[in-house]
Amino acid sequence: MRIGVFICHCGSNIEGTVDTAEVSRIARDYPEVAFATDTMYACSEPGQDGIIEAIGEHKLDGVVVASCTPRMHEATFRNTLERAGLNPYMFEMANIREHVSWIGKDREANTNKAADLVRMAVEKLRRNQPLIAKEFDINRRVLVIGGGVAGIQAALDCADAGLEVVMVERESTIGGKMAKLDKTFPTVDCSSCILGPRMVEIAQHPNITLYACSEVDGVSGYVGNFSVKIKKKARYVDWDKCTGCGECVEKCPSRKAPNTFDEKIGPGRAINIPFPQAIPKKATINAEYCIKLTKGKCGTCEKICPSNAIDFQQQDEIITEEVGAVVAATGYDLFDWTVYEEYGGGRYPDVITSLQYERLLSASGPTGGHVKRPSDGKEPKNVVFIQCVGSRDKSVGRPYCSGFCCMYTAKQAILTKDHIPDSTSYVFYMDIRAPGKLYDEFTRRAMEEYGAQYIRGRVAMVYPDGKGNMIVRGADTLMGRQVEVQADLVVLAVGVESAKNSPQLAEKLRISYDSYGFFMEGHPKLKPCETNTAGVYLAGACQGPKDIPASVAQGSAAASKVIGLFSKEKLKSDPQTANVDIKRCIGCGKCVLTCPFGAIKEVDFRGQPKAEVIETVCQGCGICSSTCPQGAIQLRHFTDNQILAEVEAICRF
Amino acid sequence: MTKHTYSYYPGCSGQGTSMEYERSTRAVCEAVGINLDEIPDWSCCGSTPAHTVDHTLSAALSGRNLGLAAKQGHDCVLTPCPSCLTNLKTAGKHMAESETFKEKVNRLLDEPLETIPDTKSVLQVLFEDLGPDALAKKVARPLKGLKVVTYYGCILTRPPGLMDFDSEENPISMDKLMQAAGAEVLQFPLKTECCGASHGVARRDLVMRLSGKLLDMADSLGADAVVTACPLCQMNLDLRQGQVNSANNASYRLPIFYYTQLLGWALGLPDASLGLDKLCVDPRPALQSISANKEVA
Ligand SMILES: Cc1cc2nc3c(=O)[nH]c(=O)nc-3n(C[C@H](O)[C@H](O)[C@H](O)COP(=O)(O)OP(=O)(O)OC[C@H]3O[C@@H](n4cnc5c(N)ncnc54)[C@H](O)[C@@H]3O)c2cc1C
Ligand code: SF4
Ligand code: SF4
Repeated sequence: MRIGVFICHCGSNIEGTVDTAEVSRIARDYPEVAFATDTMYACSEPGQDGIIEAIGEHKLDGVVVASCTPRMHEATFRNTLERAGLNPYMFEMANIREHVSWIGKDREANTNKAADLVRMAVEKLRRNQPLIAKEFDINRRVLVIGGGVAGIQAALDCADAGLEVVMVERESTIGGKMAKLDKTFPTVDCSSCILGPRMVEIAQHPNITLYACSEVDGVSGYVGNFSVKIKKKARYVDWDKCTGCGECVEKCPSRKAPNTFDEKIGPGRAINIPFPQAIPKKATINAEYCIKLTKGKCGTCEKICPSNAIDFQQQDEIITEEVGAVVAATGYDLFDWTVYEEYGGGRYPDVITSLQYERLLSASGPTGGHVKRPSDGKEPKNVVFIQCVGSRDKSVGRPYCSGFCCMYTAKQAILTKDHIPDSTSYVFYMDIRAPGKLYDEFTRRAMEEYGAQYIRGRVAMVYPDGKGNMIVRGADTLMGRQVEVQADLVVLAVGVESAKNSPQLAEKLRISYDSYGFFMEGHPKLKPCETNTAGVYLAGACQGPKDIPASVAQGSAAASKVIGLFSKEKLKSDPQTANVDIKRCIGCGKCVLTCPFGAIKEVDFRGQPKAEVIETVCQGCGICSSTCPQGAIQLRHFTDNQILAEVEAICRF
Repeated sequence: MTKHTYSYYPGCSGQGTSMEYERSTRAVCEAVGINLDEIPDWSCCGSTPAHTVDHTLSAALSGRNLGLAAKQGHDCVLTPCPSCLTNLKTAGKHMAESETFKEKVNRLLDEPLETIPDTKSVLQVLFEDLGPDALAKKVARPLKGLKVVTYYGCILTRPPGLMDFDSEENPISMDKLMQAAGAEVLQFPLKTECCGASHGVARRDLVMRLSGKLLDMADSLGADAVVTACPLCQMNLDLRQGQVNSANNASYRLPIFYYTQLLGWALGLPDASLGLDKLCVDPRPALQSISANKEVA
């Protein structure tokens, strides 16, 4: 083999603490190295051209580049080799930036270590084999998980582009948090007026199949060919028959059920239709509170339903859908603020969350849009808003900013004045974060035109004064003094946290999540809606707190990624898969049991059981090869021989 | 609960202004099987003044007491007073966390302190080791019909990292013990508010305002009495209640009990062992209302 070695300066990133010329000089003495040089930026156009030229001139059949991490540029250089007519797998990368120059200052030690890493790469490359990727068909259907505004946007964009879309929504209606909002910042336009028509489009679009009250149970397969198990939860109502007339809801005697759509403000029923514009507009029974399902009596709804839709026998049902790509759009949940004992820990009825307040403001809410406080139904005159409740607070494990609470608090202060002209709003804030278009102007308007009193400081205590009102005591850090405000109603701008069970869903999708449960994007800057798993994309607040415009933008971006993926004729499979040496395989079946992806099957070979790898399913994790007692199953491009050669290259003494 | 012996640090106020707290604490502990072994030759913990002057000197005062306690051979030191507890805990914690600090303090002591004993309030042991359920079984005279608010003050559970007991914002230990004794405990939102503490001398106006707020809230909730666990809180609310009344144009007559006094009463202990006669605001009407209820029932 004739190997070429290229040592990159990466400007001064590497050259600053590594003598690259010296490394290339040392590399020339390594076995089968025919050419070695240092280069300013190996990844730049002249850098790549230099590699191609050297391949031609020195008749190279393998290349080592010592530069940055393979996560950054392995794909780049594999392309370069292909352009020069070599097999892209005849390439190795030595990471002398993240693993050497960025972490050590001793130039001599760094130079030696870089030379060692290059030796490893050369020894590996000497044992590389050309690998050919197989091509396979794409199933041009897409699964969207979560029907909030982000998921709706992604689904409609895909469906409008002609793709078949399957949408899975956990709740009995789509719409997510936005459906619960009254108006939206910074334009103060009605939330359901802009979202409602989009929800209807989902229901009516011929390319979209909606499974509400459903969850993803399991995902198998790979990009282009996922198989998804969807659990349709028992709702005890036959949705094919239910017309959404709501007669059952009116008559249901079980009135203690939480009204989750109204954020537990106002009365709930065991059988419920969340709100008039729900999609689908169907009744669902909450089994925990249904008298018939818990005690065997009642059955009122069954008697009253004009279309015979009630079905107490209904069971959970698992269905399977085949898709080629997945968009996760599961949104967020709100921080459980009752850990804040200083705000009453949930003991005071007139201390409510911002989302509960949206329901009080909303015309379709439990009070018909008249702001009435929960304790006595009185219209509040003094409303105190407390920002950053469960945000930017390390003591409750939430050090991050939830992003949009400053903005919706300003909105709620404006709406309060609109609803109750003789009211005053007080806002306790830490800093005002309003960096969007027209956002800062909006918060100024709340202060200047709507007279909201902004107080910069944290609230130390909220307590009832014993005469029916609340006292909010906090610091005014601008005035340097303590303030006490008498409040009729206290609204907490509760922070954002990842949607319930996000880590479990991430594991099913084989995507990463951060320590707070938010899904990880492929790259913090350059791949905001991709994940590290091919064919799985992200949209909306499931990736981190995001307001509506940003969620919608990411929904469209995810859709365009799916459309781009599906525009290819066929997809190429990664040839770095496991491979069974049939002569050594004793058919013990250990690898079959151990493969987490079900990629190995047992076959009969002349009367003997043998393992066989399904290449398109294999993810190249290598678990099987470390399990096989015979060393019969080897991962291509990472065989025992290749890895041992690397180990020997650095453990020479 | 098996009989357990603790080192006991009574604290100076227990010898004077809060004699009734000290007396009732001993009586209750004895009645429920907690042995208190008084630290021989204990000295003042330095109270508030010492640590405002010098942390090392202040820690030496507590260090001395901890050293004497360690020699007694029990695993834990109890004190009824939150202020003493803060000093004992602070000294112990800082010495455990920093070798240099420990050395500095040890240089001031006759005998260097090596093992630092654990410290707890009597309340914590009554709540955690005995527990409300076991207490309820021992109650002879339930405080039936007595409406109380529990007032913990600002330092009994704070700072949380140091005191390591109950909730720092909404403590419930005294509530549970009072309920076990049969009292009706009203939700008191100012449980951990400051009473003005030792500012009573230098800034009386402050105490009038802060303690006034506490009494006003307790009164407007309809409480028959306030239950405390701190000598200073008790003094501001009880001894200064007359001053508060004249400063705020009010006429509260709220008895301010130590929780141990009411527990002792419920356990059927003799009045003399509870020091009820030491209270400034006459507790008899409140206590009689309990007996009256009992007779009706
Ligand atoms: C009080 C308040 C006021 C606000 N006001 C504004 C405003 O005025 N303007 C603005 O721009 N933004 C506002 N926001 C922010 C706005 O709510 C979010 O930007 C938006 O909802 C994010 O959309 P999403 O689709 O990513 O998430 P979500 O709205 O949370 O939707 C996620 C959907 O996924 C579903 N789901 C979750 N997990 C699963 C699962 N495992 N399987 C299936 N389905 C699942 C959920 O049921 C939900 O329907 C406000 C937020 C709050 C709390
Ligand atoms: S059967 Fe259940 S859901 Fe139907 S009316 Fe009775 S309680 Fe409501
Ligand atoms: S490498 Fe082995 S264990 Fe891993 S996916 Fe492929 S066949 Fe399964």
